[in-house]
Amino acid sequence: MSAPNKSYDPVEVEALKPEEIERLRDEAFAAFAAAGDLDALAQAKTAHTGGTSPLSLANREIGALPPQAKAEAGKRVGQARGAVSKALAARQAELEAERDARVLVEEAVDVTLPYDRVPAGARHPLTTIMERVADVFVAMGYEIAEGPEVEAEWFNFDALNFVPDHPARQMQDTFFVQGTTPDGKVTEGDESGVVLRTHTSPVQARSLLERKPPVYVVCPGRVYRTDELDATHTPVFHQIELLAVDEGLTMADLKGTLDHMVQALFGPDMKTRLRPNFFPFTEPSAEMDMVCYVCRGESVGNPDRPCRTCGSEGWIELGGCGMVNPKVLTACGVDPRKYSGFAFGFGIERMLMFRHNVEDMRDMVEGDVRFTRPFGMEI
Amino acid sequence: MRVPLSWLREYVDLPETETGRDVQAKLVSVGLEVETVEQIGAGLKGPLVVGKVLTIEELEGFKKPIRFCTVDVGTANGTGEPQEIVCGARNFSVGDKVVVVLPGAVLPGDFAIAARKTYGKTSHGMICSTDELGMGDDGTHGIIVLPPEHEVGTDAIELLQLVDEVLDIAVTPDRGYCLSLRGVARETATAYGLPLRDPALLDVPAPNAYGYPVQISDPIGCDRFTARTVTGLQPEARSPIWMQRRLQKAGMRPISLAVDITNYVMLELGQPLHAYDRNRVQGTIGVRRATQGEKLTTLDGTVRVLDAEDLVITDDRGPIGLAGVMGGANTEIADADGEHALTTEVVIEAAHFDAISIARTARRHKLSSEASKRFERGVDPQAAAAAAQRTVDLLVLLAGGTAEAGVTEITAPSAPRTIAMPANHPDRVAGVEYGRETVVRRLQEVGCDVYGQDELIVTVPSWRPDLNEPNDLAEEVIRLEGYENLPSTLPTPPSGRGLTDRQRLHRRIGRALAGAGYVEALSYPFIGDAVLDQLGLAADDARRRTVKLVNPISDEEPALRTTLLPGLLGALRRNDGRGSHDLALFETGLVFRPTGEETPAVRLPVDRRPTDEEIAGLNAALPRQPRRAAVVLAGAREQSGWWGKGTPATWADAVEAARSIAAEAGVEVTVRADQHAPWHPGRCAALYVSVNGEETLFGHAGELHPRVIKALHLPERTCAAEVELDVLERAVDGALQAPRISTFPVATQDVALVVAGDVPAADVERALREGAGELLESLRLFDVFTGEQIGGGNKSLAYALRFRAADRTLTVEEASAARDSAVALAAERTGAVLRGA
Repeated sequence: MSAPNKSYDPVEVEALKPEEIERLRDEAFAAFAAAGDLDALAQAKTAHTGGTSPLSLANREIGALPPQAKAEAGKRVGQARGAVSKALAARQAELEAERDARVLVEEAVDVTLPYDRVPAGARHPLTTIMERVADVFVAMGYEIAEGPEVEAEWFNFDALNFVPDHPARQMQDTFFVQGTTPDGKVTEGDESGVVLRTHTSPVQARSLLERKPPVYVVCPGRVYRTDELDATHTPVFHQIELLAVDEGLTMADLKGTLDHMVQALFGPDMKTRLRPNFFPFTEPSAEMDMVCYVCRGESVGNPDRPCRTCGSEGWIELGGCGMVNPKVLTACGVDPRKYSGFAFGFGIERMLMFRHNVEDMRDMVEGDVRFTRPFGMEI
Repeated sequence: MRVPLSWLREYVDLPETETGRDVQAKLVSVGLEVETVEQIGAGLKGPLVVGKVLTIEELEGFKKPIRFCTVDVGTANGTGEPQEIVCGARNFSVGDKVVVVLPGAVLPGDFAIAARKTYGKTSHGMICSTDELGMGDDGTHGIIVLPPEHEVGTDAIELLQLVDEVLDIAVTPDRGYCLSLRGVARETATAYGLPLRDPALLDVPAPNAYGYPVQISDPIGCDRFTARTVTGLQPEARSPIWMQRRLQKAGMRPISLAVDITNYVMLELGQPLHAYDRNRVQGTIGVRRATQGEKLTTLDGTVRVLDAEDLVITDDRGPIGLAGVMGGANTEIADADGEHALTTEVVIEAAHFDAISIARTARRHKLSSEASKRFERGVDPQAAAAAAQRTVDLLVLLAGGTAEAGVTEITAPSAPRTIAMPANHPDRVAGVEYGRETVVRRLQEVGCDVYGQDELIVTVPSWRPDLNEPNDLAEEVIRLEGYENLPSTLPTPPSGRGLTDRQRLHRRIGRALAGAGYVEALSYPFIGDAVLDQLGLAADDARRRTVKLVNPISDEEPALRTTLLPGLLGALRRNDGRGSHDLALFETGLVFRPTGEETPAVRLPVDRRPTDEEIAGLNAALPRQPRRAAVVLAGAREQSGWWGKGTPATWADAVEAARSIAAEAGVEVTVRADQHAPWHPGRCAALYVSVNGEETLFGHAGELHPRVIKALHLPERTCAAEVELDVLERAVDGALQAPRISTFPVATQDVALVVAGDVPAADVERALREGAGELLESLRLFDVFTGEQIGGGNKSLAYALRFRAADRTLTVEEASAARDSAVALAAERTGAVLRGA
């Protein structure tokens, strides 16, 4: 047994010399920096932080040192290893970012490529504009009423005070439906008493018969007149009709309702104008115009700024209206001494034409997808 | 009604500065629809003078005859020398008075006149025709030859009244009185607050017994008949220029003096008149209904076979006129080129006929005349005597005739019509406080006599047959007070219920189809047998039973659609023809399906509410009109592109469209194979929905039959679906019940089942669902495979089954057991064999 080795000197352990540790550390730094990609860095990581790396080996030597030297060497090696692993992480992050950037660039696409795998569909603008008008009134509390398109003459004419043989009945070029007489003969002319409805007004009569006053309804729908199709006429077209029957309704109420409608559809400062006219089912009757929503009347007498929407008239003709003729109320079982009402109706095709600058009626009739598609789902 | 402003001014002292546009605006505001104001002679500038033809030299050697004339134009040319003019017309002679336009003048159409060389001569102006002066067609197309009395050098612009404005008024059916200058003048006077010079206020001699004998057998059809006789007419007398010009401006062609006078008075007073050649009328003039089959040749040369309801004017021989519509040829006034002796004696008829009778006759004979147009809308019965007098006066004045003293006037007794109306009724209709005074004043302006305080008794004027009810009077007051002065108020309807379920469903379906790429078309409902043949419908197919029109637009398409497909396929073909080939269209609308049990429509009364039975009776006269939806597809459903290949539209898309329509109603569709025209017999699905527990046919979908595609010239493999929305509505079964969502893990099991090729996948799926039981969350067919490996004629259906329990994680054993029981039921029901087993 010998006495402790007083002559022990840590300097004698080469690997733990401060210069040596520093060198190993710097070698690691250099190796990491030199690694050009993540694979090279992985190799450098093994070489400089793995179990057989010089710094790891040096670390194992520490145990052989006397306590004082142990602490010093431990601290020195620990700091070096810490710095190395930090440098490794930094380089790792750097290289990963480089790789990500490269891959994302490689994955870039041309986002301007068109994509029309399933071309969009659309609803017909006549349908959607009709709904839009109806909704203005639904929001006010009106309900939507419907009726048949093949209609009894009594509803289409008689109940609406179109007296037989009155010229007013001839104004509407009516399609008559063939019937058969009890002895099996085909009827001619208007004998069958059944027609294609010439306006949506028979729904007025049906509504009054089906409901009790107060009645507030709008009736959009398809109607028929014997016009040949051309740029401005079509035998099959659409109207929307309004009927209000209540106690104490006045022509001022009619005017206010019309004003409200054009404001809802064309803007807050729109207004309407009434001109006296004649319809069998209203008395008093009026033609209704609205201010031209394009020129606001400024094209009138102003040849430098013609307006093609209103033909520089300043007003656009909308349709007919008036106070429900008391005879209509009587025919529908409503007491005209107690109730009064107003009604109006207008053509949807016309409104679509001036609201969207449609020039030819045939475009609305033919079903060409190039016309309909741009109108989309709502109008 | 065309109203020359210069003529209108004769009855109302309008301010000089008032233009046609000004008058238009005023008349529009009181309710006369003045459609246009025509500027006659706009831009016309003189000198334009009367000239006298001095010499005519016929120029030879040109393609058409040319005359070199000298014309005396007085001092209008500044020199007084004869004016040298080249002229291509030939209807004038030396000594004739003509209209000459001199260099420096401008004719309508910005036609500047200057001296110019033509046909080897210099023409210093023109001899004018009516066309060149913008006078309208007088039928001659020749030079105007003036009556000799006009002085050479007279200004022809003034003489021929070439500059004027004409208001063109669309007269509504209630305003018959405005088919006259008198009526329009009355409205004008009221609109301006000026007095009216009523042209009907004439001194008329009292009726006596010496007039031409008239016998009225139908006092309802004819309640008034005035006859006057004028003799000693100079047959050569012509209508004066002023009268011809007024007729032309009003849109009528001058014919002969007697005819022109009756037309002129009709325009002036609104009373249609007829002039008979007295020497061609035999015996008493009568008014009666025609006997069925009786014949009459009317003035237009047409032989009319009369109906027993037609009202006719007769003499001893029989009918000499279709009352109130058109006179007969046998008593026509003879003019210079006729075969009869010139007329020197006429009997004037001014009568009043029943409006409805005239309307029916005019319609029956498709003969609308100036007279019938007025009688249909109502003529002032009180104006007949004045109109006859005015006609007599003009014949005396212009034709040198002598009025006979005899005045025949037959009048059915009638009382003035009165209407009782509360004085505040117009206020209540308008929503404005006019007050009694205003109401009374306005009614008086219309021509009413008004008595009473709070309750007014209003006697309406004879020319206003349209005023019958208090509301009619209210309209008169409100329009004269100005519709533009009505306030704007909003009534408050009771709270509404919004759209009905049905209406919301229809909108949702439209949106769903548009969202799926379909474009809406709205096609005409007119069809013919041809398209039903092209669709390959069997002779007894219900869709061949159509509603037919009496007067269709085209005889090829006289019926209404029983299916939406013809119109929609037409739209598809049109689009395809215009170069759009990848197409998906839809339409919703009514089809018309007569049951054959429609009853005749009865004309119900209008003076009371019809009974519920009567209404039901009317509805029973109408065909069934269910609402349907249809889609048609052709070309690519998904387009090819940089993303890869597209997919063609197939039968499956059509079926899917029908399913998605039903899905909007929350209704599931059961699909079965079917054979139904116009679909491909192997690619046609019948679609069913459950209505009150009963499986009900909802429609069909699939690919169209190749023969149909060929017959209708459609793109290859066109597909279609058509469903009945009324059926769908009945299938709606309350509000959707929310699914319960389990958060436990899912257990997925795939199975491939081999079945015979003709086993419907729907049957296999139904068996799997039923067999799998409650643990099955969802099932999806993800592949269909055919090939020798599984035996020719068989197919393999691969399904992914997802199992999940509400309360626990399923074990593999539980999921497998559920799968096995699903497969077992499919095997039992469809003969399915687990592939690889």
